[in-house]
Amino acid sequence: MTERTLKDKTAIVGIATTDLARDGGRTEYSLACEAVTRAVEDAGLEMADIDGIVKDISDGIDPMYLQKAVGIDNAQYCSDSHWGTSALMTGATAIAAGICNAVVYYRCLNGGSGRRAGNDFRAAREMQDEGLDLLRYDFYSPFGLLTPDGLAAMTARRYLHVHGIDADQVGWIPVVASEYAAKNPDAVFFDEAIGLDDYTRSALRVDPLRDLDCAPGVDGGLAIVLTRADRAKSLRQKAAVVMGVAQGTSTEGELLSNYSRPDIAALPEVRLMGEELFRVAGIDRGDINVAQLDDRYAPYVAMQLEELGFCERGSGVAFCEKGERIRVDGDLPLNTGGGFLGGGFTYGLNVIEAVRQIRGTSSSQVEDAEISLVVSGAGGPADGLILRRD
Amino acid sequence: MPLEYVPGIPILRPYVDPDNKPFWDAVDRHEFVLQRCSNCDVFLQPPRPMCPHCLSMDSLEWVPSAGRGEVYSFVVFEADRMAYPGMKIPYVVVLVEMEEGVRLTANIIDSEPDEVYIGMPVEVTYNSPMEGLTLYQFKKRAS
Ligand SMILES: [Zn+2]
Repeated sequence: MTERTLKDKTAIVGIATTDLARDGGRTEYSLACEAVTRAVEDAGLEMADIDGIVKDISDGIDPMYLQKAVGIDNAQYCSDSHWGTSALMTGATAIAAGICNAVVYYRCLNGGSGRRAGNDFRAAREMQDEGLDLLRYDFYSPFGLLTPDGLAAMTARRYLHVHGIDADQVGWIPVVASEYAAKNPDAVFFDEAIGLDDYTRSALRVDPLRDLDCAPGVDGGLAIVLTRADRAKSLRQKAAVVMGVAQGTSTEGELLSNYSRPDIAALPEVRLMGEELFRVAGIDRGDINVAQLDDRYAPYVAMQLEELGFCERGSGVAFCEKGERIRVDGDLPLNTGGGFLGGGFTYGLNVIEAVRQIRGTSSSQVEDAEISLVVSGAGGPADGLILRRD
Repeated sequence: MPLEYVPGIPILRPYVDPDNKPFWDAVDRHEFVLQRCSNCDVFLQPPRPMCPHCLSMDSLEWVPSAGRGEVYSFVVFEADRMAYPGMKIPYVVVLVEMEEGVRLTANIIDSEPDEVYIGMPVEVTYNSPMEGLTLYQFKKRAS
């Protein structure tokens, strides 16, 4: 555990998204083909250069089908990985181990229009009727608790209660997300920024979560190309060097329903992952210029700030109050592309924004951003990356 | 409004397998049992095939519980689209910390959403949302 074996060994050299839409009317297969092709092109590589393929376990498109469509003929490494964007760690590990030279990661889903358990109960019920044992829902589904929003609301309630937080103050997180999203042409939601009043007037979805606390689903695909850091220098784009990468799981973990752990008002996976991430990168919290945290649910952003050590436990909502610290000129510009709240919930969008900050191409660019943090998987297995300029 | 179902829409059944079957069989008989490791004297929830403390598979037993606890957290399903269509909104799901220390989710069947609070004393009861399905549920109790 002392060697920093993955530090500075790899870099993200290609990124792409397809059009993102509430209802795109395309197959996930089609989205995957477009995203992968464009990310490889963005990197200035040929498809023949790609010899590794990684994806999230829940992504529906098998690498074999991707390969035959985009003409990756000779891949020597394919792997599904755990939740979030942990597949990027899988890819970085394979490259650092010398197994392959260039890995493409893809995440393509009709999360806005498609049949996903996350969207509504009808989809969840159909899936259960078909015998798909998605999660161990035996103690939840008979009681009408099954959508991720409901599962997350239970944790949010306890978190707000334990720390005596005024639920309305959580609204600063979506308010600032809407400001960033309004500036980002790729962000599907929030054509205009909202105010705190709009938040407190928005409908309660699963009390205490309001509609504006929950990242909406979106249809779209994205892809990310990783290669060896030494090779990245000669490629088309400014490289985002992977300074650190880490994962974490913890006691009595489930996806969002971590109800059996000693304290549910905490994200121990994020704490474990974060400590390792900063250790392997060899930097401190204060060295981070810009961060993309997992804002699938707004209260979880506050919890991540605490678990990552940016503020004391219970003070994450206060950290975001009035948005001053988290706007582009603040101490910690946060979710600068609008996050999942503004862009739709698709893991990987946050990594793409983290890379844009390193390239200097964000729609809300942090001046002289050199070190960029991204975290995925809050409420389940967590993963994160620290990227730096070359 | 206490818990109400929408007629004609089946309630999702628990996913019963050999690891949790004794729990649900007991519920069918209106009995409440919890899984315990007799080596470690700790209760385990959700049920599982092995004790994570002593790694024994033989020491797991099902012991009767008085079914008493306090609300540890709760949610209120308010929006049609995110609620289960077979249950009338608003409905409450409580996460209850039992006197044995483990936590279970269920509905609270006799309380208005605005009556529920963290720390509220509750106890197990049973209902039958449809033919052939018995569930444990919670109701308020005097502290
Ligand atoms: Zn034991």
